[in-house]
Amino acid sequence: MSSLTLRSVTVRLGGRAVLDSVDLDVAERETVCVLGPSGSGKSTLLRSVAGLQEISTGEITLGGRDLAGVPVHRRGVGLMFQDHQLFPQRDVGRNVAFGLRMRGAGRAEAERRVAELLAMVGLPDAQRRAVGSLSGGEQQRVALARALAPSPALLMLDEPLGQLDRSLRERLVVELRQLFHQLGTTVLAVTHDQGEAFALADRVLVMRDGRIAQSGTPPEVWQRPASAFVARFLGFDNVVPATVTGRSAKTPWGTLPVPDGTPPGPATLLVRPAGVRLGPDDHAADDHAADDHAADVGDVLRCRVLARTFRGDHVVLALRPDRGPDLEATVPLRGAPSPGEKVTVSFDAAEIVRLPPED
Amino acid sequence: MGQPDEVAARAVATADLPVAAPPPSEHLREGPDGARPSGRSAARRALAVRLGLMAVPVTFFALFFGYPVATIVGRGLREDGRWQFGRAAEVLTSPDTLDVLWFTVWQAAASTALTLLVALPGAYALARFDFPGKRLLRAVVTVPFVLPTVVVGSAFLALVGRGGVLDEAWGLRLDTSVWAILLAHVFFNYAVVVRTVGGLWSQLDPRQEEAARVLGAGRFTAWRRITLPALVPAVAAAALMVFLFTFTSFGVIQVLGGARYATLEVEIYRQTAQFLDLPTAAVLSLLQLAAVAAMLAVHAWTVRRRESALRLVAAEHAARRPRGVGQWAFLWSQLLIVAVLLVLPLAVLVERSLSAPGGYGLAFYRALAEQADASSAFVVPPLEAVGNSLAYAAVATLIAVAVGTLAAAALTRRAGPLVRGFDALLMLPLGVSAVTVGFGFLITLDEPPLDLRSSWILVPLAQALVGVPFVVRTMLPVLRAVDERLREAAAVLGASPWRAWREVDLPLVSRAGLIAAGFAFAVSLGEFGATVFIARPDSPTLPVAVARLLGRAGEYNYGMAMALSTILMLVCAGVLLLLERVRVNRSGEF
Repeated sequence: MSSLTLRSVTVRLGGRAVLDSVDLDVAERETVCVLGPSGSGKSTLLRSVAGLQEISTGEITLGGRDLAGVPVHRRGVGLMFQDHQLFPQRDVGRNVAFGLRMRGAGRAEAERRVAELLAMVGLPDAQRRAVGSLSGGEQQRVALARALAPSPALLMLDEPLGQLDRSLRERLVVELRQLFHQLGTTVLAVTHDQGEAFALADRVLVMRDGRIAQSGTPPEVWQRPASAFVARFLGFDNVVPATVTGRSAKTPWGTLPVPDGTPPGPATLLVRPAGVRLGPDDHAADDHAADDHAADVGDVLRCRVLARTFRGDHVVLALRPDRGPDLEATVPLRGAPSPGEKVTVSFDAAEIVRLPPED
Repeated sequence: MGQPDEVAARAVATADLPVAAPPPSEHLREGPDGARPSGRSAARRALAVRLGLMAVPVTFFALFFGYPVATIVGRGLREDGRWQFGRAAEVLTSPDTLDVLWFTVWQAAASTALTLLVALPGAYALARFDFPGKRLLRAVVTVPFVLPTVVVGSAFLALVGRGGVLDEAWGLRLDTSVWAILLAHVFFNYAVVVRTVGGLWSQLDPRQEEAARVLGAGRFTAWRRITLPALVPAVAAAALMVFLFTFTSFGVIQVLGGARYATLEVEIYRQTAQFLDLPTAAVLSLLQLAAVAAMLAVHAWTVRRRESALRLVAAEHAARRPRGVGQWAFLWSQLLIVAVLLVLPLAVLVERSLSAPGGYGLAFYRALAEQADASSAFVVPPLEAVGNSLAYAAVATLIAVAVGTLAAAALTRRAGPLVRGFDALLMLPLGVSAVTVGFGFLITLDEPPLDLRSSWILVPLAQALVGVPFVVRTMLPVLRAVDERLREAAAVLGASPWRAWREVDLPLVSRAGLIAAGFAFAVSLGEFGATVFIARPDSPTLPVAVARLLGRAGEYNYGMAMALSTILMLVCAGVLLLLERVRVNRSGEF
């Protein structure tokens, strides 16, 4: 059953379509993460559902109820703002109790619920603290408790972890996911951080220029980006135009192998960094290899190592090939070449993904 | 968000300091009303709300400002049903008018220059140094600004006038020279510069200058290239306000200028009240109106230019204790200037009020309570003026806060030329001849349906006119600083627009409201130009009573004037110190 539905929702601001005919379904108890660069319309999406942004055309329903003409305060959604927007003149307890009071909850009930929520977000007995005295992570938790307090039908999070430091972010993502599952909350979150989105969401939506570029589970989106845009947004840089014939493709880097069943014709190829294999710089072997195995491993490409970045258990290399654009490769820590060294590169068909041709 | 201390500074200088982190404009476009009919109807509704909020202030200004001023100007310029523009041109080009205009302009320019010269180092000291008693000093320098002009005049008269302290000691009299006027103007406006410029200065991030130093700029170069450009608009705005206040100076010149010196405002009063030459007064009023409108236009322009992004920090992070002999000497020199220029005149005023014929005592104060006799200037004991003044000022404050808050609420959301025009209109009473307003009241509000001539409400209405700009200027920056998204957060949590305003805006602005009320009260208490026309003889206000006493010969009248001025000063200073307390008690984050 679908909790939130958007049907061809369009928002025009100053003549520009910030949201362009967006369709979206969020099932009950599902966590959907909208991912996109800034300006792609993801915050506008949240604001439209909350009623903070009027939509130009389209329809939004929540739990089967059409939200047209329903003012913000009667929509029954929760929204956690990017920078929390805690009320500065109220203490933690009265911030969390705000939504309960607006719904006419009695003092005793509100107090009980506030205590319960604060305990749940890991800030027990913080009721009397001033919001100014909270750290970023604590503010974040209070904002979450405040949004959850009135038990909204839909909880929306705008860049929920954007302002926190890395380690705290990684811990909170796990906590949030557990919490949402435990509470059975329907969640719609937006973020520009793919790691956050993939860790938090049951389903990921990638937005571009007010449109939905791809929707799918995190593994689906990660493994098969729907377009060069999505691939680049996910951090893949080895994206080139190509023409596929049979099991190989012509690219600026030469001929590359492609997986079985790749449809022929013009395309865009994504080569995952793990699919870039390094070998020693050996001129003779290089030429022979090119002649003998062109059909299944493609051309061998000579490259110079431009830079080397350690990423914990592996190393990312920036390579400058003889031909074609720069390449990114991941190699094990051991035996990684140094900047300036020459290497040869071959490609692994299993790590190559065909994307539709770019316009 | 602006530092609490500077909220009043903005009000004083009637100029918004740039507010850190203004809500992004995207959030300003839509209200928290969220309903989703077509965009046009929502826009229409927002306009309707704004017009509704503006209705009361606009009506108030039309009835009690536009109508009287327009009537008196019209009456002056029309004769036998015809416009007498030839007459107007004659007045404008007459040597007398040109003399008055010349004096008005040059004394205002000289006063402004002198004020900047004296007050800018003071602004620096208060902004960048941390020292014991700083809070007290800040309050002390603000006291003169809320003092009635008449009191300032009497204080300087007591210091440099005939029989004054300097006269007794060295036979030095300045009341016949223009210096007394200039010094009184510096006394009066020192706070404007210290609060406006110093307020911004104390919030400029010192790391900006440090960054320039690291990049190779010398100390002075860093200041000239980084701090000075950031301060220039604030200095310009402060200078303009000082110029405006001194250009329209009335009470000070009335008391200190004698027959020799007259500003436009004083001349308007003379033409109206003494020579009954309405046409000349009307032309002079128009001349002043045009000059003030031009100044306000320039002011609006500098304010808009100041809305450039500045890095602001909490003032306490920018101030540090003075280091080395040079800095301590500089600080002491500033304290000395404050002592001589601001404290001494007030101290002398108190001393004169106590120096009764038979030695120090309360004789003058006791005389204030005595029943009037035939030789007296009053039909009631002058002390009754205290009660009158407090009552009038209280009512005027209520009116000013109500009208000003509505106006500020209408102006909260940035908007087009219509609202900017409204903003400018609210400032006009600061500069338009109060004398014209007062006299206008007398000749317009005397027939049904608005027959208020014999009503006590006339005085508070005129005083409220002057109070409204202060209320608007105090409330507006705070209202604008309330992040729209806080209201949105409240709305999402289930608060209706009205409830969101009550829960979010009201707690944040209530202190600003209190401060606004205090300023309106002090300003109403000191209003002289309009009140002098409309206060009834049997219920004078304090400034009117002081002026009347000063206008009469005799040691007792002089002493009583000093005593009444002292009372008025104490009331005003008391109000101000209360305000400072309100501001100090603010919680840290706002």
